[in-house]
Amino acid sequence: MPEFDEHQTENQKEFNASEVIIHHVLDDHIWHLFDGHYGTIYLPVIVYSSEKGLDVFSSHHFYDEHHNVVEYNGYKLEHNHILLAGTEKAVLDLSITKNVAMLLINATLLILVFLAVAKGYKKNQGKAPSGIQSFFEPIIVFVRDEVVKPNIGHHYEKFLPYLLTLFFFILFGNLLGLLPGAGNLTGNIAVTVTLAALTFIITNVSGNKGYWSHIFWTPGVPLPLRLVILPVEILGLFTKPISLTIRLFVAITAGHIVMLSLICLTFIFGSIWVGFGSSLILLFISLIELLVAGIQAYVFTLFTSLYIGMAIADHDHH
Amino acid sequence: MELLTPGTGLIIWQLIVFVGLFLLLSKLAWKPIISSLKERETSIQEALSTAEKARLEMAQLKSDNEKLLKEAREERDKILHGAREAANRLKDEAQLEAKKAADRIIEDARAAINIEKQAALKEVKIQVAMFSLEVAEKLMKKNLADDKSQKELVEAYLKDIKVN
Repeated sequence: MPEFDEHQTENQKEFNASEVIIHHVLDDHIWHLFDGHYGTIYLPVIVYSSEKGLDVFSSHHFYDEHHNVVEYNGYKLEHNHILLAGTEKAVLDLSITKNVAMLLINATLLILVFLAVAKGYKKNQGKAPSGIQSFFEPIIVFVRDEVVKPNIGHHYEKFLPYLLTLFFFILFGNLLGLLPGAGNLTGNIAVTVTLAALTFIITNVSGNKGYWSHIFWTPGVPLPLRLVILPVEILGLFTKPISLTIRLFVAITAGHIVMLSLICLTFIFGSIWVGFGSSLILLFISLIELLVAGIQAYVFTLFTSLYIGMAIADHDHH
Repeated sequence: MELLTPGTGLIIWQLIVFVGLFLLLSKLAWKPIISSLKERETSIQEALSTAEKARLEMAQLKSDNEKLLKEAREERDKILHGAREAANRLKDEAQLEAKKAADRIIEDARAAINIEKQAALKEVKIQVAMFSLEVAEKLMKKNLADDKSQKELVEAYLKDIKVN
């Protein structure tokens, strides 16, 4: 798991744990797996700016042979942001960063796994499930019967594909993120905010008349109260996706920070015994993180189902 | 803090990849998986309900059989009862008939005896009259000199009568 930057371990500068930790949970233009010549993958940079148009090049160009950050082709890398050298103007950075690479790996894995599962259903038609199919079937059935169906109700089938994709994307992302050297995909706020935004859009697009009337003109409430409820309800519209964004981001990032902090203890104290002790605790925390990976996928899917269910519920009983 | 500011690039990638993933998996994975699961569940449900129906039918059949058996038993009892009654009736009738016949026979016998008795009496009367006539004739034939000889004669004749 530890992947310490060369300039810190090699130069034996004063060890700055918080810098190391933050660096590891953040996105990067290179993927540093281990020290040495082959330990770093220089990911492709894709940038667009109105001044220079579209540019694609390897992030290797930002580093000289001593691994110092240099300018390249009029671009400057500063704290993982690519700027135009001179004007210091930010460009649209569509680079395959470490997290984008993780995202693509995650998506590829999901496709491979679930196409194999689907193939199992074709192969074992009318028969008992086998292999990878029988491993994932209980999880799919769990998501369908325990998460989606009770919260959405009759029309759950329309939303099931999205919720299954969401659940497995987060679950696989969380688990992949725990691998040594892996990027912190589902602990990145850009990823969680996108997922939450999709949930927000789906919820409000499928919202029925009852849902909107409850927000804008809550029935059965006196007029002066309605004036209070209206802003609260509108605020509520946005607190839902915000809570989704922050919950997943914080849970995963915090887990990574805890684990990295335990590793850093060894280097702060410079003692093998501390390393031994912190490794034991780390093992325990890693197991908890496995649990958290599942729980967070479950919670995100559960709340999405709940929000959709609330938006399409029949309000006739009021 | 950079940790809290979502990167535009990653948002765009995430959106494209996730939506693409969703479309691809929906079509190639979730659709067949969900429909297969549903199909299997319906077939299991159907099998279960068919079994339940068969069980109910069996129970129905059993109770029908029992009902039939009960009815048959009742029918048998009724028939036996009827037969016994008929037998009793026949027996009674036969007895009555026999008694009647016997009475008639006795009556006839009695009547016949009476007729015979009358006939016999008539015969006896005729015989007595004949004897009387014979006695009288014999008396008249003999000289009836004295009383003594008359007495002797009567007695002698009476003796003869006794012999007859």
